[in-house]
Amino acid sequence: MNSLSLFPPPGPDGNITLFESNNELVCGTSLGSRQKQGWEPPSLLFPRESLKPHSRPESSSKAAFLDHRDTLWMRSARAWRDSGLSGLLDEIANCTEEEVPRWLTVGCSWTLALLRWVSSFHGSLFPHLTLSSEDMVAEFSQVLDWSDCAVRAFAWHPHTDKFAVSLLDDSIRIYNSKSATAPTLKHRLQRNVAALQWKPLCASALAVACHNCLLVWHVDPTSLSTRPSSGCAQVLSHPGHCPVTSIAWSPNGSLLLSASPVDTAMMVWDVAGESCVPLQRVGGGGVTFLSWSPDGSRVLASTPSALFRVWETRTWTCERWPCLKGRCQTGCWSPDGTRLLFSVQGEMVIYALTFTDAPGEPHGWSGSSKAAAIVADLSETSFSTSQGQVRVGGQVQTMAWDPRGERLAVLLKGDPEAPDRPAMIAVFKTRISPIFELLPCGFVKGESGAEPRLLQFHPHFPNGALLTVCWSNGRISHVPFFFVSAGGSVLNPGGSPPWPLPQSRAVENGERLLYTEMSS
Amino acid sequence: MFNSEQNHWFVRKVIFWRAAASVAWSVLLLPVTTALFAFLSRFSLFHPIQWISESFSLLYGSYVIFSLVLLCGVVLVVGVFNLEYYTVVPSVPCTKIALLGKVLHPQQSVHSLVHSMMGIMVTWCAATMIGGRYWILAAPCSEEEGVTGQKMCLNEYYLFFLLAGAFMGYSYSLLGVVRNMNYVSFQTIQQCKYLRFKGMLPQVVRYSAVQSLYSVRNYCLFYFFFGKDSDCLLLYTKHSSLHRLDTVSGLLDFRLLYHLWLSGTFLLLTWHITLLLFRIFITEAYSFPVQSSFSEDVSQCLPKVLSEKQPLILKFLALQDLFLLSQQSLSRRMEVFSLSQPGGHPHNWNAICKECLSLLSDLSQRLVEYQEVVASNGRARPLSSHSDQRSTSSETLGMSTLIISSLMSLQILSIDIGLKTPSSSPFSSSSVNRFVGNVDPSSPWYGSVQSPHVMRRGPKLWTASTGRLKFAHVKNFLARRVLIMYLFNKLPEASSQALFADSQAHIWALEGLSNLVAASYKEDRFGVVQTMLPSILSTMLLLQEAVDKHFKLPHASSKPVRSTCCLEDSTFKTLRFALRAALKTAMYRITVTFGEHLHSVQMSAEHRKRLQQFMEYKE
Repeated sequence: MNSLSLFPPPGPDGNITLFESNNELVCGTSLGSRQKQGWEPPSLLFPRESLKPHSRPESSSKAAFLDHRDTLWMRSARAWRDSGLSGLLDEIANCTEEEVPRWLTVGCSWTLALLRWVSSFHGSLFPHLTLSSEDMVAEFSQVLDWSDCAVRAFAWHPHTDKFAVSLLDDSIRIYNSKSATAPTLKHRLQRNVAALQWKPLCASALAVACHNCLLVWHVDPTSLSTRPSSGCAQVLSHPGHCPVTSIAWSPNGSLLLSASPVDTAMMVWDVAGESCVPLQRVGGGGVTFLSWSPDGSRVLASTPSALFRVWETRTWTCERWPCLKGRCQTGCWSPDGTRLLFSVQGEMVIYALTFTDAPGEPHGWSGSSKAAAIVADLSETSFSTSQGQVRVGGQVQTMAWDPRGERLAVLLKGDPEAPDRPAMIAVFKTRISPIFELLPCGFVKGESGAEPRLLQFHPHFPNGALLTVCWSNGRISHVPFFFVSAGGSVLNPGGSPPWPLPQSRAVENGERLLYTEMSS
Repeated sequence: MFNSEQNHWFVRKVIFWRAAASVAWSVLLLPVTTALFAFLSRFSLFHPIQWISESFSLLYGSYVIFSLVLLCGVVLVVGVFNLEYYTVVPSVPCTKIALLGKVLHPQQSVHSLVHSMMGIMVTWCAATMIGGRYWILAAPCSEEEGVTGQKMCLNEYYLFFLLAGAFMGYSYSLLGVVRNMNYVSFQTIQQCKYLRFKGMLPQVVRYSAVQSLYSVRNYCLFYFFFGKDSDCLLLYTKHSSLHRLDTVSGLLDFRLLYHLWLSGTFLLLTWHITLLLFRIFITEAYSFPVQSSFSEDVSQCLPKVLSEKQPLILKFLALQDLFLLSQQSLSRRMEVFSLSQPGGHPHNWNAICKECLSLLSDLSQRLVEYQEVVASNGRARPLSSHSDQRSTSSETLGMSTLIISSLMSLQILSIDIGLKTPSSSPFSSSSVNRFVGNVDPSSPWYGSVQSPHVMRRGPKLWTASTGRLKFAHVKNFLARRVLIMYLFNKLPEASSQALFADSQAHIWALEGLSNLVAASYKEDRFGVVQTMLPSILSTMLLLQEAVDKHFKLPHASSKPVRSTCCLEDSTFKTLRFALRAALKTAMYRITVTFGEHLHSVQMSAEHRKRLQQFMEYKE
């Protein structure tokens, strides 16, 4: 069963996907064909050339600025502080004869060799540990081709029309519907930003996952300053917990989770108190990706090896989910927190896990299903368009589910070598209740030559769903999906039919279900 | 104060049992640590087989068994002291003299004395287990052969060891006061006890080892300077000691230092584990029934328990339970929103809401009073109420209220001085030593500039409060002396910490209340919450205003130095930030849930304006 073959073919080259209306994606060349409704998020362009990345690799230039006439003690102390035991040993091993006795240098170099041997053994168990921290962020980031992408992270504010964009030059910009000023956040420690997230139930706090710490910015929304000082940022760091590749606020805004691929512990931060509780589980070699379910009851934590965990947040116990093929690359939760969709590296499918709890009294993790079900097969399919054959399909880089649970956007990794198989965004229609169903919607296309890098849904778009996509050419565009929510009719006191629009149209168009729980 | 508390049903039924369970677990862990100690004490790099076989034979020896029994007793006593001295609201000394008062308080002296004695016992056990030269107090003077009737000499190693135990016991007790080790904080997440213990254990081991290292260093210095007096004291002068240990060469005995450090680590580790287990057990969430159909159980239900003032631990656990139920349990929330069966009154909700609101408005009032004190530069009127308020909490903490209240006036006197002193930098907050370094007592600035200021201020203060002018003159005279100034100077930030010392309760009240209000949007079938919504909102907005004002005061928004270790719980130092964050979150939770409906809630224009800020996400 190939899900993508049921999709309508992608639009013609040169056209971009503008919006979804009447159940189909509309392509066009400009945005003029749609009437404006309320605030339109700005479509921004950050050309790759205008941003200067940090060219210095870690600690390469440091030696040039250090005074080498320091005493051995000073240098040793600095080496110990900067890079721990191995740095100290390295420093002593490289000393000259007159400073240290010969036996000490030899002993140190032997110890160092032994240490390296042991760590290489450790590295062979967990290959990701041999990566440099920048490569590690690129490897585990949700952004496709993170190291060369102009936009490195993006975050919508959960309650208001405001978003933050992290750029290649390690700055963060904040765009707000209500004010013309777009503050730029810069901090000494803000390097290699892997993720951004606004604190829920708060107007101002923005958590940033950085190279060797977490930053929590407090950006006063009423301030007119365009460059908030670095005093507005709280620095949260824990030894051994870097680089931070993923962060997740609890939906009630009280806790912040952070994960690093080199640390087997996941940190639970009390941000106001700047204290953390490590939740240590051996196995997996680290934590790469975190996702908190919207109802706050569970957290997905994936590791660099073929294993992921689902934590329940009452007593913080976890269940282990070993995968067959590879590590869990990404995952997203349904709005009610009962379903988890995830994808595994090396497989072109989307899996689903169902968590059924007794209503009201969640019994922790007792109610979860025994095995994950495949809900979509994303293997390669070719479409013949006016420009010739286009092949679509591949592994999943990241997924996003809109807050109403009606649209699921999946970013498919293309093949960098094959030009006719670009990265693509496939959008599914989904339904959660009474049974889980998946229907095809279409592909979202950008400007010609631009590949999608990152996607996120607007958390409270009034007329349906709004998908924000960051493209490889530095463009950030917003694709609205206009539909009448099926869940919306429940709130209506009037006796409207239970499934007003989507279902009737689906039948009309003769669309076929990709997945339904009934059949499985 | 404790006797009245001990008769409380909750202390009898829950706290005692929890404490007992924690002591039982520490006793069960004792053989493990003892075995480890025995292994490591015999450590020799070059004779590994001999080392292991010796250690095993040692473990079965009667001395170890006897030591274990003794150590169990020690752990029991430590457990009892933990139970007697713990507090959920730390006492934050605002001046050096208050800290001194805390250290010299009789209750604390008992603590120190008993811990010194127990330290001696633990090191005696350690010395017995190590054996060899630490075996006995007196040894034959010449080591060649045991000739009968030989003159006995003092085995200074033995004495050195026992005194080290006393020293470590005392420093444990002293550091406990300075670092508020008796303060029990509640975890932000609810982990099960075993996992919490497992997570903390490596840190506790490391902390004990490091602390022991510092203790050994301090003790060696101490012994080096005062060692000669020690044997004078013990009337051993007529016997010459075998090895002199109060010399540099005598102290630089690596094996001795290793044994000393190991014994110190062993001592601190057993005590710290006992403390850790006690904290873990005591702070475990307790689920109170929301309502009961039996009238005899009504006093144990959440609404009743919440309103009780004593014991504090009960109030805290009840608020924690309220917070948890508001977040996690639908069925218990339904009980809160339910109506009483005959009559149809929402008694549960009313009681809970009233208690939470009174807690919050108490805090608002306390903050406003403090601001008045600061604004009026310590004039006397708000002083009395302020000191009363603080003393209620300090009484429960076993602090010397007498000293504090008599010193309170001088503290106020020095408020404006303290605020204007350039040396009171925000970074010198908690660490005593750093503060010592910052103040320059020899600076002429104190005498010349400050004294007219004090002279002008002083009489006014004292005529208003007590009217005893003479006494005021004495105080003025004293205030000009450098040492007195140093002792009575306000520690920056400390008063702010003291104000928010019990704010964990307020945070839970805020979270619980706002969660209940948010849940009521869907779950409250009878509309019982809606009737209270105006007063909830206005209380929160008033508190918001007071907190905002407080953070504009100097030192209030400066961050304290983060403590490095788990056991030195410094949660209370950042509670004001946590409270501020929780307050905003609570407000947003209500505005997000109710949205536009809040416009129809009755409130003053000023509050409506403030609320509008929240609804537009501009706070």
